[in-house]
Amino acid sequence: MSDSVETAAVAAPAPSLHPGQSGTVVRSTVVRRLLRNPLGIISLAILLAISLLAVLAPVLAPFQENYSNIAKTLAAPDSVNILGTDSAGRDVWSRLLFGAQLTLLSALLCAGVAIAIGLPAGLIAGYYGGKFEAVSNWAVGILMSLPGLIVLLTIRAAFGPSVWISMIAFGILISPSYFRLTRTAVQSVRNELYVDAARVSGLSDLSIIARHIFSVVRAPIIIQTAAIAGVAIAVQSGLEFLGLGDPTKATWGVMLSEGFKNVYLNPTLLFWPAFAMALTIGGLVLLGNAIRDALEDGEKIKHRKKAAKLKGTTAAPAAARLSRKSVAAVDAGTEHHLVKVTNLGVGYPQADGSIKKVVDDVSFHVDRGEILGIVGESGSGKSQTAFSILGLLPDNARIVAGSIQFDGNYTVAPGEERVDQARLSKLRGKRISYIPQEPMSNLDPAFTIGYQLVTPMVRVLGISKEEARKRALKLLTDVGIVNPERTFSAYPHEVSGGMAQRVLIAGAISCEPDLVIADEPTTALDVTVQADVLDLLRELQQRLNIGVILVTHNFGVVADLCDRVAVMQNGRLVEEGPVRDILRNPKERYTRTLLASMLEGKTPMSMLVSSQKEPVA
Amino acid sequence: MSTVEVREIAPLLTVENLIVEYPSKRFRAKPFRALTDINISIGQGETLGLVGESGSGKTTLGRAVLGLAPVTGGKVIFEGRDISHATRKQRRILSRDLQVVFQDPYTSLNPALEIGDILAEPLGVQGMEQAAAKRRVKELLDQVRLPSDAIHRLPREFSGGQRQRVAIARALALSPKLIVCDEPVSALDLSTQARVLDLFLQIQKDTGVSYLFVSHDLDVVRHISHRVAVMYRGEIVEQGPAEVVTRDPEHPYTQRLLLASPVPDPDRQEQRRADRHRLMESQRHQHEQAGAVA
Repeated sequence: MSDSVETAAVAAPAPSLHPGQSGTVVRSTVVRRLLRNPLGIISLAILLAISLLAVLAPVLAPFQENYSNIAKTLAAPDSVNILGTDSAGRDVWSRLLFGAQLTLLSALLCAGVAIAIGLPAGLIAGYYGGKFEAVSNWAVGILMSLPGLIVLLTIRAAFGPSVWISMIAFGILISPSYFRLTRTAVQSVRNELYVDAARVSGLSDLSIIARHIFSVVRAPIIIQTAAIAGVAIAVQSGLEFLGLGDPTKATWGVMLSEGFKNVYLNPTLLFWPAFAMALTIGGLVLLGNAIRDALEDGEKIKHRKKAAKLKGTTAAPAAARLSRKSVAAVDAGTEHHLVKVTNLGVGYPQADGSIKKVVDDVSFHVDRGEILGIVGESGSGKSQTAFSILGLLPDNARIVAGSIQFDGNYTVAPGEERVDQARLSKLRGKRISYIPQEPMSNLDPAFTIGYQLVTPMVRVLGISKEEARKRALKLLTDVGIVNPERTFSAYPHEVSGGMAQRVLIAGAISCEPDLVIADEPTTALDVTVQADVLDLLRELQQRLNIGVILVTHNFGVVADLCDRVAVMQNGRLVEEGPVRDILRNPKERYTRTLLASMLEGKTPMSMLVSSQKEPVA
Repeated sequence: MSTVEVREIAPLLTVENLIVEYPSKRFRAKPFRALTDINISIGQGETLGLVGESGSGKTTLGRAVLGLAPVTGGKVIFEGRDISHATRKQRRILSRDLQVVFQDPYTSLNPALEIGDILAEPLGVQGMEQAAAKRRVKELLDQVRLPSDAIHRLPREFSGGQRQRVAIARALALSPKLIVCDEPVSALDLSTQARVLDLFLQIQKDTGVSYLFVSHDLDVVRHISHRVAVMYRGEIVEQGPAEVVTRDPEHPYTQRLLLASPVPDPDRQEQRRADRHRLMESQRHQHEQAGAVA
């Protein structure tokens, strides 16, 4: 099966340098993961063994499938008939082998017919949509509403008891499952930019489908086929069990039916075909699951208690700290800082047991009424630093060094491995709040904006709903929303991005926090909206005298708002100081490089950085 | 490469009274008009910067030129031929001269294909031999300064900036005359953006290619463009030489846009902020008096 799929992918009309290479690169890792999964390797082994037995049936079987020895019916196993004989004196082992041949082939036929109909139809319907999709959806609706078993019985009555005909019919009946699967997968990539790029390159639709679209449906089709083949075996055997099969052919279903008739005389006649079916269907289902697991990128990292030991010296104090009930007092002389981060290190355990540090030895502090900008490029660890103050790091993150204190108390004491959620949940939303980057994805589309503002206030401040409502309306006015009543009762999709960000800012200040952490609060907004939001942030910060940590990559935003700046690169703090010093007289080379990348004040059409030796971007 | 020189030659691309409408999903509802009466032209070796906010239709204009958005009215003329309703076959021939670089380098490259295959795709469509295509791919990687071992690697092994280089290399593969660049640096870090902009300028210097450069960032557009067109709500509200439009704009929206972009110095930014507030105030004033919508 996978072979034919592979060749189909290779046979893309557009010539390429290494045809098929692309498929194998992805596949090899999937296959390796499949083979590393015990379920996968067991099910593969079972299916391979059964297929091998089926293929070699003419060699392995001691008798013909219908050779009957009237003198020896319902015999117990002996050296000639190793599994005994049935009521007509036919050898059970031989019939089981020939039955495997027929049963597996007919299941393949069924899946093949279903794929041949469902896959192309699904590809076309998903890619083009329009009339073809409408018509095929209609056809699929009809097919799915047909009572399958009755159709199969009718077909048997009309065309006789042929396994092949009934499996072709069943293939047609079940083809909608492939159609739907394919159509959905295709629709999800139809508008990807690489498909557009291929169109601009002038690729024909056929080439686009073969090259760019088919690869998406390949894996789900393989999984689906495993399941469908199992179902086909079950349905076919079911029909034959009812006595509707072809009695001249040996299949597992026919054997089952035969065994059932003689269940009191020789129960093992029932056992062997049932066992073969259970093994095959089970193998197919498990294989499908294993492939799915292999595709779902399961690079799971085992929970490692020992991880701490890798840090060497810090392990011992960590254990000592964790056993202690109370939190140590902060260093004397630093209590007045609103937030103080000392030598913070954040890391993620890797599959090989090492810890990848994303924040390394970062120290800074923020006072009340002060705005600190953390600037850096993606991957510099600026968001990770902000999240560790909020205690919102992913579960597998570890604080590998340092401490964080908030208003004179540790939230992360020296030597602790994780952020203490109990300590932080008392602060989060009340004294520390957060303004996210993507305003739209941070409002729940199922609730009104008013509800999302009122609920936290009722919980945190313990005020009544009515009071919270009044407060929310006032807050919305404060953040410059012209018609607060209307916004209050609106759903998130009814407001613009800039408006949504104002709502989130209103939410962030609703519980009168001391510290606001804003993670790229204007990056997703238009420039004109950004200017309004920056004005709003400045005005609120001055009025409420709160401390703000502003994470951004934009030096213009820094210049607009911040009092002090910390520049981060690769998890380290390269430079920190008052905003004028950093922006005008940067000391570190990296800060200078970043500032040199700014376009403002540059001669148009001049090279920005290429005078330096060109590194790869 | 002054604009005066450029104007003397017949323009490479002309868009005349272009209208793009998307049919509404609802029955018998009016179609959604994304672009209204667009007129632009781009000469050989020239860059036209297209700036505007999200939803202003700047991306749609680029897509209409490429044949990815439906042209309801008006004309797109490329080298004297009307291509507004070009067939797929005509597009295939056009693709030698007309190419694209998209915004998002993460979805514009097929994650399942190797870089070499991605770059060879447009060459293969034009029927280039495998050996020649292979040589060309090496050349392209060199041109965008990627290591030649990139051929056998997958997009996910590269950073955003490197992926955008691959996308640029793909656009360059057939030595086109015009590249539509749809926010090609918006998803990149500041220093990466600077390097990629350098690359765009270098390529233009070396090959004389023209760009239709779409961006929301006035600074980027000012840096890379000869001429700039400003879009607002599906229309072009202002068009002219880059220096003029981006330093001394006439249209109220462009004026707002210019002063909204913050500068990296606290004192100058404070000045700019004050200027912006004054401008907003006066525009509000005018608006109230005239009742006109800016």
